[in-house]
Amino acid sequence: MARIDLVDLAQSYNGNDAPLESFALKPVTMTWRQGGAYALLGPSGCGKTTLLNLISGIVTPSRGKILFDGQDITPLSTQKRNIAQVFQFPVIYDTMTVGQNLAFPLKNRGVAKAEVDARVKQIADLLDLTPYLNRKATRLTADAKQKISLGRGLVRSDVAAVLFDEPLTVIDPELKWQLRSKLKALHRELDLTMIYVTHDQTEALTFADTVVVMHDGRVVQSGTPAELFDKPAHTFVGYFIGSPGMNIVPAEVSGHEARIDGHVIGLHRNYGVLPAGKKIEIGVRPEFVDVAAPASGLLSATIERIDDLGRIQFARVRVGNTKLAARVPPGFSVSGDTAGLVFNPAYVHVYADSHLVEGVA
Amino acid sequence: MDKTINQKAWFLVLPVFLVVAFSAVLPLMTVVNYSMQDTFGNNQFFWNGVGWFKELLDPSTDLGGRFLASLGRNLFFSAVILAIEVPLGIVVALSMPREGWSVAACLVILALPLLIPWNVVGTIWQIFGRPDIGLLGYVLNHLGFNYNYVSNEVDAWVTVIVMDVWHWTSLVALLCYAGLKSIPDAYYQAAQIDGASRWAVFKAIQLPKMNRVLLIAVLLRFMDSFMIYTEPFVVTGGGPGNSTTFVSIELVKIALGQFDLGKAAALSLVYNLIILIVCWVFYTVMTNAGSERPVKQGAA
Repeated sequence: MARIDLVDLAQSYNGNDAPLESFALKPVTMTWRQGGAYALLGPSGCGKTTLLNLISGIVTPSRGKILFDGQDITPLSTQKRNIAQVFQFPVIYDTMTVGQNLAFPLKNRGVAKAEVDARVKQIADLLDLTPYLNRKATRLTADAKQKISLGRGLVRSDVAAVLFDEPLTVIDPELKWQLRSKLKALHRELDLTMIYVTHDQTEALTFADTVVVMHDGRVVQSGTPAELFDKPAHTFVGYFIGSPGMNIVPAEVSGHEARIDGHVIGLHRNYGVLPAGKKIEIGVRPEFVDVAAPASGLLSATIERIDDLGRIQFARVRVGNTKLAARVPPGFSVSGDTAGLVFNPAYVHVYADSHLVEGVA
Repeated sequence: MDKTINQKAWFLVLPVFLVVAFSAVLPLMTVVNYSMQDTFGNNQFFWNGVGWFKELLDPSTDLGGRFLASLGRNLFFSAVILAIEVPLGIVVALSMPREGWSVAACLVILALPLLIPWNVVGTIWQIFGRPDIGLLGYVLNHLGFNYNYVSNEVDAWVTVIVMDVWHWTSLVALLCYAGLKSIPDAYYQAAQIDGASRWAVFKAIQLPKMNRVLLIAVLLRFMDSFMIYTEPFVVTGGGPGNSTTFVSIELVKIALGQFDLGKAAALSLVYNLIILIVCWVFYTVMTNAGSERPVKQGAA
């Protein structure tokens, strides 16, 4: 059990002298608190697996330090780090039974047999694997195999953190949900730090109490699911989280007003005068833009199609050359192919060069 | 759905049927025919029933004695070269680089012995081992070893075995290397995290994952060594005495040296049958090894 601190940690696969822009992981400083459930969320190639492998020690960082409870463990090998990791594809030792698989990490560390047996029994109980202890592990289904991989991590009593690298990729959808609930339950029971890498926002938002969003080798925001949804710190977060993603529209902003195509939208906060030369955009989630009948006071948009998601309908509209998504309020029926857009000013955010600008209330 | 019935398909099978008939079935039946007869030359044949087969399996007769002795040598030879080539091939595969330019270099060097025609391999070693002009034979004799594969049985055996190891270990190594390359990195990373030693990684991951290719390697090497002819024939000619006369060499002696077509036919049929049975056993083992089905995890 440990708190994990990353200090200026960076990784380049092309040597330390490569330009910073080419780094797989740009320098990051952050803290993972003991007992937290974290999700590392981002598209493929954003550096999340690299970050995970740095923490587990599979990859040695080009720069920076990793501290476990304040102790620098950067030079330590994977074996000495007390990290458990579950990989995308289940790793099972084919020739062993489930019980032998679970005992393997303890045997390698020379733990006494009686203690090994006790731990294996305890972990098998926890993961509902007891009936399979004497079965060959190869003959089980993918979800059982993933549980075994996880069990091999948990069986060590000294484990500091459990890392998951997209562990549900090969699991059937219905079992995915079960296994995820199991992970949550384990997290509550064992008080372990868990870091869960995924590109699936549903997985991230349901598993974690803190979601860390990565983009292009950088950590762009870390916060609770609600924070990420309500106040994305970066246009990428807004776009990546939520379905459909946040509307990002180029605009001119001054004071309490944003202008799109000459049309004025009221803002909740005062942004004063924004620095010139930066790309200014406003971002608003489709949930906070309603379509309405065209009226003179409303921004008018061309309706391209309506997506019916069952409980909610989204209209795909166009303003000039910018595409947006907007909610169709219950009871409103769209007629014709133009509509007015009603913005909820409390949820309209302003971005300069993709980064959130905090207004003054 | 209605199936279209079209008898024309038979015509598509016909060419294969004819080719197989002329290339395999007819010659085989000729051999079966010979094996039941005795010949005294002049194309005169006499019915002998299963007489040759009875003799073959009876060590007290000349034919049976020669057959069983050479069969024993063949089995011993196969056992020895498998015991050397399989572990050695695994070690070579394990010590090969996994990436970079050196991979290609290693593969080319390993493939070289496999590309040399068999009688050339025999000739190479025949000269290499000669005490007067061969590098190996000359050096050994000057170091005080009385090495001479022409007159000493042990030396002849050592030469034939070392030659086979030199020629074929590459094949085992290449197959094992392919097996090793197919293991995903995650296995090694997981083993690292589990604190596995080098030996534990080999036993728990590499060896089980090489299972399939090892079976293929053992099968190929067994078959080839069991049918070996050219190389020992070129190096030792089956001698000294009969010490390196394998079944195939004995067969050629009987068929072409003595022109005993009946005996030779019976011998080749039995030889063939042994090979078929061994093939079948290996095939069954191999297909069963991979047929384990996953068991559904029930609501327990």
